[in-house]
Amino acid sequence: MTALTHDRIGAHPPHEHAHGPTGLMRWVTTTNHKDIGTMYLIFSFIMFLSGGVMALTIRAELFKPGLQVVEPEFFNQLTTMHGLVMVFGAIMPAFVGFANWMIPLMIGASDMAFARMNNWSFWLLPPAAILLLGSFFVPGGATAAGWTLYAPLSVQMGMGMDLAIFAIHIMGVSSIMGAINIVVTILNMRAPGMNMMRMPLFCWTWLITAYLLIAVMPVLAGAVTMILTDRHFGTSFFNAAGGGDPVMYQHIFWFFGHPEVYIMILPAFGIVSQIIPTFSRKPLFGYASMVYATASIAILSFTVWAHHMFTTGMPAVGQLFFMYATMLIAVPTGVKVFNWVATMWRGSLSFETPMLWATGFIFVFTMGGFTGLICAIAPIDIQLQDTYYVVAHFHYVLVAGSLFALFAGAYYWLPKWTGHMPNEFIGKLHFWCSMVFFNITFFPMHFLGLAGMPRRIPDYALQFADFNAMASIGAFGFGLSQLIFLVAVVKCIRGGKQAAAQSWEGAEGLEWTVPSPAPHHTFEDAPVLART
Amino acid sequence: MGFASRIAGVLPLFGYVSGVFAQDVPSRYNLQQPVTRIATEIYSMHTLMLIICLVIFIAVFGVMFWSVIHHRKSRGAVAANFHENTAVEIAWTVVPVLILLGMAWPATKTVIAMKDTSNPDITIKATGYQWKWGYDYLQGEGEGIRFLSGLSTPRAQIKGAEQKGDAYLLEVDNPLVVPVGKKIRVLVTAADVIHSWWMPAFGVKQDGIPGFIRDTWFAADKEGVYRGNCAELCGKDHGFMPIEVHVVSAEKYAEWVKSKQAQTSSAAADDGREWALAELVDRGEKVFAANCAACHQADGKGLPPAFPPLDGSPVVNGDKAAQIQVVLKGRSGTAMAAFGEQLPDADIAAVITYTRNAWGNKTGEAVQPAEIVAGR
Repeated sequence: MTALTHDRIGAHPPHEHAHGPTGLMRWVTTTNHKDIGTMYLIFSFIMFLSGGVMALTIRAELFKPGLQVVEPEFFNQLTTMHGLVMVFGAIMPAFVGFANWMIPLMIGASDMAFARMNNWSFWLLPPAAILLLGSFFVPGGATAAGWTLYAPLSVQMGMGMDLAIFAIHIMGVSSIMGAINIVVTILNMRAPGMNMMRMPLFCWTWLITAYLLIAVMPVLAGAVTMILTDRHFGTSFFNAAGGGDPVMYQHIFWFFGHPEVYIMILPAFGIVSQIIPTFSRKPLFGYASMVYATASIAILSFTVWAHHMFTTGMPAVGQLFFMYATMLIAVPTGVKVFNWVATMWRGSLSFETPMLWATGFIFVFTMGGFTGLICAIAPIDIQLQDTYYVVAHFHYVLVAGSLFALFAGAYYWLPKWTGHMPNEFIGKLHFWCSMVFFNITFFPMHFLGLAGMPRRIPDYALQFADFNAMASIGAFGFGLSQLIFLVAVVKCIRGGKQAAAQSWEGAEGLEWTVPSPAPHHTFEDAPVLART
Repeated sequence: MGFASRIAGVLPLFGYVSGVFAQDVPSRYNLQQPVTRIATEIYSMHTLMLIICLVIFIAVFGVMFWSVIHHRKSRGAVAANFHENTAVEIAWTVVPVLILLGMAWPATKTVIAMKDTSNPDITIKATGYQWKWGYDYLQGEGEGIRFLSGLSTPRAQIKGAEQKGDAYLLEVDNPLVVPVGKKIRVLVTAADVIHSWWMPAFGVKQDGIPGFIRDTWFAADKEGVYRGNCAELCGKDHGFMPIEVHVVSAEKYAEWVKSKQAQTSSAAADDGREWALAELVDRGEKVFAANCAACHQADGKGLPPAFPPLDGSPVVNGDKAAQIQVVLKGRSGTAMAAFGEQLPDADIAAVITYTRNAWGNKTGEAVQPAEIVAGR
């Protein structure tokens, strides 16, 4: 690799490298990790807004009892598509965008290992998104079987279901290629002297996430393919009348689904673990234990899937095994939170926008962790399964967890991407609006779930009216607050205070040794790390 | 309810820290008031968990916010340089494990108790249909009783044309009735897609899985009316298939059993006799409203393409025998259920007759219960 790079440098003056196609073709044909990272981030933000519009339609219907805005069938399409779009279209591609941009910069590599495959794994996503969103417009509309696509309900659906299945296949292929690329890049392309245990934690969490992706995306592809053949080719995988079992679908789906949860949170842990030390001006506490905790969470995630299925009626021994295994995940997760707090302890803290988001993340994500522990207790879960308590729980970990960490990371690395410091006032406004409205939206859902409101219903009994009205108001506030982010990013691209190479005072790592904005090609000569 | 008064209704929440443990019905902040041993155990286990989590939360974030306030650069804080401490790290791994063990112990006992469905006084099978429940009393007092139980809230209330009642969306036409204090074993299954039989006050939630039977149990300690919902997404009207259980004294239960059995024998007589066309259409209209209108709509226009129209349909206007087969056996891969399992012969005969003589359909034919028996 290094030899190749040197040849190219020998042949041309450094500045001529950027000369490729311009305009649209630059983006279609690019193999540059920064361009591809940018495209991933833009794509995921568009999907985030689409999924957000669906969420707000749901909340508008639920604002008061009775049916006002949408009919039940369309309501179910919205809840289903909101889930699929946010998980596969927004959160996952956003993290891949971060990986593309930052991993080569953090490990001192010139690009991703398989640059052309990188282009392909991005360009698979827009067709998948068109299939998914386009399914609203086919006869019968989009799939309304819930994002989990449980059989046999998913077998009943119209052709929107088939489009969703193909979209999932394509996004799965894209994820697997992206994951292979990340694994190979991290294992083979680190700068001399950067051994594994000197790698930034973001790279570690992504390495482990990539293995999870490679392990479970094919499982999902298998599950939805079985639905497809049950629907059209006369098989009976999930049909008892033909010797199949509907519950088998759930086992297969959640064998994918639970690791998937960690796919969406481990890179978030990585981002936060970069930001907290920077603004504490103090090294990360317990680096090694962070790595081990991440790995144990990943391994345990394969042994807990049936905690999503406590109400299917498995034997007591099964319930107990999955309950204990799930509770065990609280230990490494706790270690992480303790490590972050210990990093802040006796640091020299300052709260620029990224730090604000990261601190907010720890605070609110931990609440989602606690409700997760409560849900892990099988008898309590039997009361809470499929209620708004679960909706509250997973939005605390996915919105306050993954999404807040994504915002933290975006504000943190925007100077490196654009060359300008993000506007502190706008960033902080975005944070405080999001934080307040997030809690107005989702905190009351705990009460709704405890009191007995099932999820995925377009209308509800009267005792749930007040909290639903509150949640709907919060949701609209939260949705509108996200436009502030758009303003912050656009402003940052167009101008602002020039960013130094080391854009934040306490920031350490190779990405802060290249100029801001990062030039089109970086680390054509591998940097050499000082021995410790 | 006005918008302002509903917002005002939310505000007292913040003064209601003790409201988390409030005992009033219906519950708004906490699990519903339990009336079985299992539900009581779950209720107190949840309270205990909440307290433990709250203590840990305050401890951890007490430390964090201490840092946030005191260890600020703007206050002249200078960063220390420690970045590991083996003793502390072992402690915060081991202590949580011990806390978890303490949580797992009561949970394990409850899991085992929940699974003990042996020696029931009464066994009832609950079958989930899109979108209602069917109950069969299989064993014990009341054996042989079977009926369907569907939402009784009028459509006008849902659409906002009428004032919503107190039990809006939580009321059914035929509630499940059980005697107080007796151990009731519930066999849960489903006919089409997965449903879930959930009664929060009993601490019971069991998925009904088509083609499989799973069991659960409860013994309610207090007479009363208890309400729950289907808890697993089951299609269009998932939000409209409540569960209502009346727990009554032994004497009242015996009376109820008697009246139900009398109804059953009159239903058997209905199945045996010949009917006039007008009689069938009249009865069929009611059966249609209760079982068919959710999909095919009261005007027979359906909601195509998922739910086809019956008005002008070639099946409804064609051969009787073919339509009888569709109604009895359903259409696999669609939401069309096999009503042969759910409804008595007279009802099926009536509803088919109705559809063949309603809206623009004018076959003038009557379908007799005997033809349904032949079609089974």
